[in-house]
Amino acid sequence: MKAAVIVFPGSNCDTDCFHALRDVVKVPVEYVWHKDRHLPKVDLVVIPGGFSYGDYLRTGAIARFSPVMESVIQHANDGRAVLGICNGFQILLEAGLLPGAMLRNKTLEFICKHAWIRTEENLTIFTGQMEPGETLCVPIAHGEGNYYCDDDTLKSLHDHSQVVFRYCSEDGKTGDAFNPNGSKDHIAGIVNKKKNVLGMMPHPERSSEAILGSSDGLKIFESILNALE
Amino acid sequence: MQFKARIHTSLKKSVLDPQGQTTLHALASMGFKEAQSLRIGKYFELALEAESRAKAEECIHAMCDKLLHNPVIEEYSFELQELPS
Repeated sequence: MKAAVIVFPGSNCDTDCFHALRDVVKVPVEYVWHKDRHLPKVDLVVIPGGFSYGDYLRTGAIARFSPVMESVIQHANDGRAVLGICNGFQILLEAGLLPGAMLRNKTLEFICKHAWIRTEENLTIFTGQMEPGETLCVPIAHGEGNYYCDDDTLKSLHDHSQVVFRYCSEDGKTGDAFNPNGSKDHIAGIVNKKKNVLGMMPHPERSSEAILGSSDGLKIFESILNALE
Repeated sequence: MQFKARIHTSLKKSVLDPQGQTTLHALASMGFKEAQSLRIGKYFELALEAESRAKAEECIHAMCDKLLHNPVIEEYSFELQELPS
């Protein structure tokens, strides 16, 4: 499996994603600057977290029009894997690769802490190494992670098994008390209908080694490796 | 022809606006009992050149649809003013 990490002006998790892929998962990985129109031939494109274009206008709204995004959209439409983390998720929403939009966190605060998420769907290339219902401890760090979609879209997401991760308690219960940002239906991550594009607010690259306090996020990268090798 | 457009975007009525709610509560706690509801949006002032008013309007709609507003959560409106040449 080969991977590429897209770098926008304002990306700040690109190095972490690169490190997790190269040194922990041990796959060939390269950076791709957002002005490059052509993607190298890779199996996985990672759109990392950060504050692309300073979050100006709306999170992800300007990055979505960066030259590289046409190739990323083509890569996704060809059925190859795309993982958008945090700001990467926001960019995927703005690009229309995933349905819905992001709102400011309900509390209006920037939230940076470990969160528990529950695996709702393990029949995807991103979650094959988890059991259904398995909980993961993965950090979040965002001001706009309050996922929103209308009720018809939410029904469609559930009908097509696209809700992959939901915020929960340590023992897997969902509820407002365990939802850090007010996201609709406690959603933390979704895939597209073809299930080759995952957007998630929590950061698996920040929880891929025991030294970081949790290595649960590694399971997501291992699932991808297992599915694509 | 030169135009100036004043474009407003705001969250749809169906979307909760916690920023607006918090600001409304602040006004109420300051004693402004008159305040009934409050929505926070964005305001853009755009200078543009177009062949006609219709072309200018068409262009602004296209800009709003493509970039300036996100139709999943926001709605937009604008006023267009022709500037003396």
